[in-house]
Amino acid sequence: MALPSDKEEVWRYSPIDALDLDGYAPVRPVPPGTSPDPLAAAFVAGVARDLPERAATVTTSGGAVTSVARHGLDEGVLVGSLADAGEGTLGRVLAGGDALVRLNDGFHPDAVVIDVPDGAVVADPIVVVHWCDAATAGGSGAAPASFPRTVVRIGRGASAGVVEVVAGPPQGRALVVPVTELHAEDGAVLSYVGLQVLGPNVWHIARIAAASERDASLRTFTVGLGGAYDRSRTDAVAAGAGSTTQLRSAYLGTGEQVHDVRTLQDHAAPHTTSDLLCKGAVAGSSRSIYSGLIRVRRGALRTEAFQTNNNLVLDAGAHADSVPNLDIEENDVRCSHASTVGPVDEDQRYYLESRGVPPERAEQLIVLGFFEDIIQRSPVPGSVERLRREVGIRLTEALHIGGGDGDG
Amino acid sequence: MTAGHHLVVEGLHASAGGKAVVKGVDLSVSGGEVHVVMGPNGSGKSTLAHALMGRPGTTVTGGSIRLDGLELVGIPAWRRARAGLFLALQQPIEVPGVLLDAVMAEALAPDGSEEPTAERTPAGIEDRLRREAAAIGFDERFLRRALNVDLSGGERKRNEVLQLGVLRPPFCVLDEIDSGLDVDAVRAVARRIESATEEWGLGVVAVTHFHRLLRVLRADRVHVLVEGRIVASGGPELAEELEHTGYAAY
Repeated sequence: MALPSDKEEVWRYSPIDALDLDGYAPVRPVPPGTSPDPLAAAFVAGVARDLPERAATVTTSGGAVTSVARHGLDEGVLVGSLADAGEGTLGRVLAGGDALVRLNDGFHPDAVVIDVPDGAVVADPIVVVHWCDAATAGGSGAAPASFPRTVVRIGRGASAGVVEVVAGPPQGRALVVPVTELHAEDGAVLSYVGLQVLGPNVWHIARIAAASERDASLRTFTVGLGGAYDRSRTDAVAAGAGSTTQLRSAYLGTGEQVHDVRTLQDHAAPHTTSDLLCKGAVAGSSRSIYSGLIRVRRGALRTEAFQTNNNLVLDAGAHADSVPNLDIEENDVRCSHASTVGPVDEDQRYYLESRGVPPERAEQLIVLGFFEDIIQRSPVPGSVERLRREVGIRLTEALHIGGGDGDG
Repeated sequence: MTAGHHLVVEGLHASAGGKAVVKGVDLSVSGGEVHVVMGPNGSGKSTLAHALMGRPGTTVTGGSIRLDGLELVGIPAWRRARAGLFLALQQPIEVPGVLLDAVMAEALAPDGSEEPTAERTPAGIEDRLRREAAAIGFDERFLRRALNVDLSGGERKRNEVLQLGVLRPPFCVLDEIDSGLDVDAVRAVARRIESATEEWGLGVVAVTHFHRLLRVLRADRVHVLVEGRIVASGGPELAEELEHTGYAAY
């Protein structure tokens, strides 16, 4: 199967043509008994501090499960690896896929499997950390490629939240191609946060496939902060009547980063609603692409689907593209999309300045608030502290906080 | 703070969107005084307010604005605010994710020349926010919200007066503070401003085209603004007269 090209609409504006797979080799599995990478251990400890209330913690090395810790989690809830799960666990909601999904199919060393039985309520989040190795600085030869795979199924009337973090060393080249499947059965409530904080020389090409059955509620929030090229594509199918899907995304670009968010709100059943909000900011010479499609299939009567993309362009060298699309085959529906691209709002800044806040500080407050607004509404409330911290660190860089005196 | 402050506007000309709107305004306001600028729609009231505060896009083309001798023309809005001027906006806007107390903390943060005081600590700001909210009937739940997010027009106006009470500047410009408020809210807001004139000697320039504000707020001077010029000035009786005759005479 050929690699995708930017001639295809779903890869338009992306640097995918520059991907050279020969430069990468799948990471070798960590032999059992190996002491964990100290960087990885420190990172996981930090995540644990920010999410003190957890139902379970799973760590992987490039997708190979290295530890599973349950924190008083009910025995009926499966949190483990592929060996713990039955046949046909993978691919339930991911039908087909492009060459990169196929690569993950072929190379994922294992999968994190979370299966919540019918009626179970898991109050605290289940946390998954994928540590993805990168080439050591100055090293020659192929850089590591990781293929994490995660499958979440929430049974009928059950509810659970999952926080999936993709991270790696702060330096070095790598390719990370995660695939995550999210399945909310009838009446289930599935809350998901995906946080990507890889190093700045990593290519991250992620796919989330989500499906919500009858009267299910599925809420996702993906946050892309790291990577040289950071792509996340979320395809959410409203498969059952009465289901509700809420998609949230945020990205922050600094340096030369490219963030690329693609979404599909696919309405295949009547009386379904989906609501998407994607907020991003680009600083330095970074750029972003948001492209989203609302598809209403024939028979999906009374669909309500909304799509909003707001972009802040913080520096003259930065750029954001926003491409909303609608594909509607049914009449009795309510759909809308809106997008904005521009600098910090002048009226907001003047408002704060009229209170005596210096302009640089006003801009910082407004941009912090732009992200705070979406972070505080995270579908997994326990994730807010970590998200705030990761966004805050990068905003400090993007907004030059602490460097120079400014005008203040 | 004492009533020894002076805001002196002389021969002010200002344009908005490239169009001359304010065409020679003189005002002399002392601490504790209330000056009301009345005029029909389009007379230049809002442009005057923004010219005083220094809104980008509102250009002062002539004249001067001095606060205790400091020339405000040519310095940015935030420095005018730090010098002691406050503008309550006609249409306060939402700033998502930015909390009211955070903005107050930034606004009160010492800029190097000032000594930190007890009122400027987070607890001091919290205390002031609560007191001011109670004074004007602003729901305390709104203190935890992002600036003006999900507030009605009337609540936003109260929020402006609340901030005025927290920041306690020597002078404030109120741009149509009474529009969009019901009678009770106008009374509460006007009372708070009235008491501030005595509490810390607040000097007020209130721009409005309603008279109802003046039923509670005691005006020392009333000025009639028509086509960018003050065409008449007088005591509170001038407002009464306008209520009966309108602006047609000017």
